[in-house]
Amino acid sequence: MTTLLIAEHDNKSLNEATLRAASAAAQLGGGFDVLVAGEGAGDVAAEAAKIAGAGKVLHADNAAFAHQLAEPVADLIVSLADGYDAIVAPATSNWKNTLPRVAALLDVMQISDITEVVSGDTFVRPIYAGNAFQKVQTSDAKKVITVRTTAFEAAALDGSGSVESVESAPANSISSFKSEELAGGDRVELASAKVVVSGGRAFGSKEKFNELLEPLADKLGAALGASRAAVDAGYAPNDWQVGQTGKVVAPKLYIAIGISGAIQHLAGMKDSTTIVAINTDEDAPIFSVADYGLVGDLFTLVPELTAALD
Amino acid sequence: MKILVPVKRVVDYNVKIRVKADGTGVDLANVKMSMNPFDEIAVEEALKLKEAGKAEEVIVVSIGPDKAQETLRTGLAMGADRGILIKTDETVEPLDVAKLLKAVVDEEQPQLVILGKQAIDDDANQTGQMLGALLGWGQGTFAYTVELNDNGVDVTREVDGGLQTVSLSLPAIITTDLRLNEPRYASLPNIMKAKKKPLDVKEPGDFGVEIKNRLTVLETTEPPKRKAGIKVGSVAELVDKLKNEAGAI
Ligand SMILES: Cc1cc2nc3c(=O)[nH]c(=O)nc-3n(C[C@H](O)[C@H](O)[C@H](O)COP(=O)(O)OP(=O)(O)OC[C@H]3O[C@@H](n4cnc5c(N)ncnc54)[C@H](O)[C@@H]3O)c2cc1C
Ligand SMILES: Nc1ncnc2c1ncn2[C@@H]1O[C@H](COP(=O)(O)O)[C@@H](O)[C@H]1O
Repeated sequence: MTTLLIAEHDNKSLNEATLRAASAAAQLGGGFDVLVAGEGAGDVAAEAAKIAGAGKVLHADNAAFAHQLAEPVADLIVSLADGYDAIVAPATSNWKNTLPRVAALLDVMQISDITEVVSGDTFVRPIYAGNAFQKVQTSDAKKVITVRTTAFEAAALDGSGSVESVESAPANSISSFKSEELAGGDRVELASAKVVVSGGRAFGSKEKFNELLEPLADKLGAALGASRAAVDAGYAPNDWQVGQTGKVVAPKLYIAIGISGAIQHLAGMKDSTTIVAINTDEDAPIFSVADYGLVGDLFTLVPELTAALD
Repeated sequence: MKILVPVKRVVDYNVKIRVKADGTGVDLANVKMSMNPFDEIAVEEALKLKEAGKAEEVIVVSIGPDKAQETLRTGLAMGADRGILIKTDETVEPLDVAKLLKAVVDEEQPQLVILGKQAIDDDANQTGQMLGALLGWGQGTFAYTVELNDNGVDVTREVDGGLQTVSLSLPAIITTDLRLNEPRYASLPNIMKAKKKPLDVKEPGDFGVEIKNRLTVLETTEPPKRKAGIKVGSVAELVDKLKNEAGAI
């Protein structure tokens, strides 16, 4: 059983999600190679070669892969699939986008968002916003799998694999990249942050959201997150949404402020090690998962908390 | 042009599901069912394109039990023109859903298929992408905005880190994200009118597709419960607990 692990990266550096998916790939047994598809991503390929347990790194360098468009990248992966029994990628937005395309081209069912490798053909995955877990066995000869990164530890970067170029001349006339607006900035990435501070509808405006949460997040070295209601209202960018249909996070500390705790939100944060909730409603469902609940008005409690962390 | 919108009948998003005690699945008896919320957004987007004069016909299609007719009627009441039910009582995995949808596309020749990004029951997030692959069409998944133009369609997508815009030639696949639009409610007169709109009932065999599931569910379990926490009385107490009890800061 050999596995092809697909790397998540931005052409400059390897994303931590790759290392977590690597742990799942290793558990399949039989070793794994890594595919780095990008443009000018040589540094990423070199970094990927250090993933503990990795065999060789296949580096596909082509302008067509610069923005990870699903159509050419899926064709590339399919062209490499013959040599592998499984294709594994982290469940980031890139691979949620691309991997089902690969699966359909190979005529296999993708197994999405696995949280456990039981054996080479049996996996555990959440359904219904994580309110149930299914143990599923696949009868497909080739496995196509996305990995819920919060469920696996990051593999170490102490290996010494080799990098090999793969030729690829993708023909793609059906889609093209037009533009992107990526946040960037200094704040730690939500998906891999050790501490996450999230705000909900209760903030009432983008100004208040930023004014109250940024100083708190700065003190804690935290990433910022949000409920769907806060994102819909424009208080926070789309990709800060934590939940069933947003990002799944499991930091050491998650602080939910002015968030009611709908099942769709809980789905994205309830595996955090320690959960704190601040809410005026003592019966808010968020308190059912919080280790420490503070009942009260966020507009006074958040500045107080920020000050207390001096 | 025609727009095809696949709509799935799922447990309503407000229902907290229960896992059967014997581990054989989720208890669906007497549970409220609704159209998958992302599919409501897909229907809305198709209707907007029709209202803007960019599409002539909106067809809703569902694969599922007889009761999925209700879901189709909801789509018709929102404003879709006709419905197709592909009737089966079996669980149909996304790959087979995509194969059935491909067969419908071959017959109906739509220029756009707008799906939800994810069904909130299986949380698979696959069907649209799979259909794109089977048809050899481009895909704009997790759509935030959709703009039809002379060359095709520009789709701005919600991605990790922000937004990405791709240009697709037609025909194309779109899957909806939450911010694309706010789906309308069906008015009572429209609900009445929808009862008379055409709704074809077919079977997978009519499309030459055999349902062959690849995944066997061995067991369904509840997630581990978190142990009950405590309420603290003040910020000072919270900070103390976080430092000295949880070691979280
Ligand atoms: C298909 C679908 C997918 C979804 N996906 C997601 C998802 O991924 N993530 C997500 O988060 N949601 C998701 N939702 C939405 C979810 O169901 C809830 O609507 C949403 O999480 C509510 O956000 P909220 O808690 O900020 O707002 P509300 O539910 O309005 O809660 C606001 C809370 O703030 C408290 N409050 C008010 N004033 C104050 C104050 N001054 N100080 C302190 N507390 C105060 C209130 O008591 C209340 O508990 C989804 C819904 C659907 C249908
Ligand atoms: N049985 C079905 N009938 C109609 N549409 C479906 C069905 N299953 C999935 N879909 C469509 O595919 C989308 C994604 O579903 P999934 O890949 O299961 O998460 C849904 O939002 C629907 O638009």
